[in-house]
Amino acid sequence: MTVTGLSPHTHELSAGVFVVGGGPAAAWAAYKAAQAGADVVLADKGYCGTSGATAAAGTGVWYVPPHPAEREKAMAGREALGGYLADRRWMARVLDQTYEGVNELADTGRYPFPPDGAGGQLRRGVQGPEYMRRMRILLRRAGVRILDHSPVVELLVDADGAVAGAAGYQRRHDRPYRVSAGAVVLATGGCAFLSRALGCDVNTGDGALMAAEAGAELSGMEFSNAYALAPEFSSVTKTAYYSFATFYHEDGTVLEGAGSQKGRSVIARTLLTEKVYCRIDRADADAQRAMRLAQANFFLPFDRMGIDPFTQRFPVTLLLEGTVRGTGGIRITGDDCATSVPGLYVAGDAATRELICGGFTGGGSHNAAWAISSGTWAGRGAARHAASLGPLTARRRVSALGGAGLRPTGKPGRPGAAREVVAAVQAEVLPYEKNLLRHEDRLAPALAGLHSTWSGLRASLYGGDGAEVVATRQAAALAAHGRWMYTAALARQETRGMHKREDRPGADPSSRRRLLVSGLDEIQVRPDPVAPVGPQEYAGLRAAS
Amino acid sequence: MIEIVSQERCIGCDRCVEVCPTSVFDTGPGGIPVIARVQDCQTCFMCEAYCPVDALFVAPQAEPVEPGSPLRDEAYVTAAGLLGGYRKKIGWGRGRTPGALRAVGPDLPRPTPAPPRKEHR
Repeated sequence: MTVTGLSPHTHELSAGVFVVGGGPAAAWAAYKAAQAGADVVLADKGYCGTSGATAAAGTGVWYVPPHPAEREKAMAGREALGGYLADRRWMARVLDQTYEGVNELADTGRYPFPPDGAGGQLRRGVQGPEYMRRMRILLRRAGVRILDHSPVVELLVDADGAVAGAAGYQRRHDRPYRVSAGAVVLATGGCAFLSRALGCDVNTGDGALMAAEAGAELSGMEFSNAYALAPEFSSVTKTAYYSFATFYHEDGTVLEGAGSQKGRSVIARTLLTEKVYCRIDRADADAQRAMRLAQANFFLPFDRMGIDPFTQRFPVTLLLEGTVRGTGGIRITGDDCATSVPGLYVAGDAATRELICGGFTGGGSHNAAWAISSGTWAGRGAARHAASLGPLTARRRVSALGGAGLRPTGKPGRPGAAREVVAAVQAEVLPYEKNLLRHEDRLAPALAGLHSTWSGLRASLYGGDGAEVVATRQAAALAAHGRWMYTAALARQETRGMHKREDRPGADPSSRRRLLVSGLDEIQVRPDPVAPVGPQEYAGLRAAS
Repeated sequence: MIEIVSQERCIGCDRCVEVCPTSVFDTGPGGIPVIARVQDCQTCFMCEAYCPVDALFVAPQAEPVEPGSPLRDEAYVTAAGLLGGYRKKIGWGRGRTPGALRAVGPDLPRPTPAPPRKEHR
C-alpha cells in the first residue's frame, strides 16, 4: 500500500473488510463478511464483548415468527408513534433477517435462551454480557482479527474518493495504526454525548463524523433526543420496568401525568424545579421475581444502596441517550447498507433507524433487530465490494480525511482542550428545556453556541500524535452531532415522533418526509427525495407486484 | 464507579485491564492492576462480570463515593455479599447456571396507544 503522511511507528495492516466498532452490529457485520469469504479486521474502541450500549445492558429483540398476522401486528405497532416515517419494506426484511440471525445465535452461537416449556426456546430477548461474549467467540471461530482498545479516528480514501481503509490509535501499544481495506463498515454506535447512560460513554458518534468527512449524509438527526430514566445517583438507564412505576413529588403526592412511556416530558418539566421520586409499586410478587431474573443489572444500584425499589421511593433523573435510543444516523442508500460514498457501509446505531422506527425510538428491541439485520447486510455488502476490487485494493494510493480535532485549520491549541469542548457541547444538548422540551427560542441560541464552539475547535483543537487524538476527535464528533441535531430540529417545523416542538404542536401532513443533513463547516438540510413507504404505500406496492 | 480492587483476592490475571471498555485499569507493578483513570469509569459493571475471583467492586454511583462511604470498605461489601454479586446474578463462574437461561421477564403493562391520526397516513 502506498500511503501519505505516515509516522514511522505506525502499525500497518491490510484487510478485505475493516469493521469499525465492537458492539452487536459490528460483530454481525464482521461475522457475515467473514462467512462471505472476506479477510476481516474488526477494531473496537474498547473491548469487543463489553463495549457499547448492549453489552452492559441486555435487550429485547424484535423477533417475530413468520406468521403473516403476527408480522403485520409487529409492523403496525409503532408506525403512528414514529410519525409514519418508517418504511414497511425495510421492516419486513428486518423481521426476516432478525428471525434468521437470532436462530443462528441459538443454534451456532449456542446462546442459552430460556426454555419455553413446550420443548422450544423463548428467543425474544438477550442478556448483554452473555450475548456479546458469544458473538466474540463466533468471530474468533470465523477467523476475524480483533483489535481491542484501538479507536479509529479517521477514514482513508483513494484518489476517486472511495473509502480504502481507516486509521486510529492503539491505546495498549501506544502507537498509531492504519488498516487498508477494500471496504469499511462503520458500526460505531450512536452518540449519547458522554452523559453516563449505561455503557454509552464509548458512543460518541465518531462514525458519523468520519462518514460526514467522506461526504455521506445523515438522516433523522432531529430524532436524537431520547432521555432515559435512571435512579438519580446512577448510570443504569434500563427503562422497561418503569412501566410498573408511580412517580411522586417530594411530599409524597403523585406526580400526575408522569409515566415512563408516555409522560416522560412531565417528568422532565418537573425536574427543572424539583426532585422527582419513583417507586416500582405496580408489580405483583410474580412480576417482581421475573424482573430480577430477566434484568439483574436493573437491581444493582438498588441492592448496593440498600433500597427496595418496590416499596421505597427513590429520586430519578433523565439521562440523554441521543442517537443511541433516538433514530437518527448515517443515511443508507442501498439494501446492502451502503452509503453514498463508495466502499463505505453502515450498521447499527451509527446508521439511521428511521427505516424501521420512523421518528420514535424503537427501544432496545427494534435497535437489537436492526443491529443484527443491518450488520448482516453491511458485512455481506462490504465483502462483495471488496471482492469486486480484486488485487487492485492493495495498490491504491490513499489519503486521510480527518479534519476537526486532528488537523486544525489554525494554530494548534494546547493539550486538554477536548474536555472544555465536551463541557460546552453538553451545556447545549443535555438540558431538558433545550433538547427535550423544544422551542425555536431556545433551539436557535443553542445552535448558535454550538456553531461557535465548532469554529473554535476547527481552528485549534489538536490531539498531537499520541492518545489524546482520541479525546479530541470524540469532542469534535459531539460538537458536530449537536449542530446536526439542532439544525434538523429547527428545520422540522412541526411535532413528529420524539421531536416535540412546543412552538409547533401537532404534525404537518406536508412534512411527512425524512430530513437529510450533511456537511461540517457548513451544514445543509433537505427533505429526503425517497418517500417513506407507509402502510398504504406498501399495500399499493404489493398490489402492483 | 470502580472503588475496590481486592489485594487479597486478585490473582493478577489482568482480565479487567483487557475487558474494561473505557480502559480504566493499568497493569500494576506488583501484579495487581491499578485504577489509573477512574474518571473514565462509566459504571457499567463489566469488569466485575469478567473477574474470575470476584476481586472487583463497582459502586453504583456514577461519581466517586465520599471517602468514608462503606462502599469503599472491602470488609463491608464482602460481608454484605456485594463482592461478586453481579457475576453470581448473571450466572457466570464454575458450576453456575447461566442467568440467560432463566431470564424471562414479566409482561409489561402497556399504555393505550395514541389513536392514529388520519392525516399522517
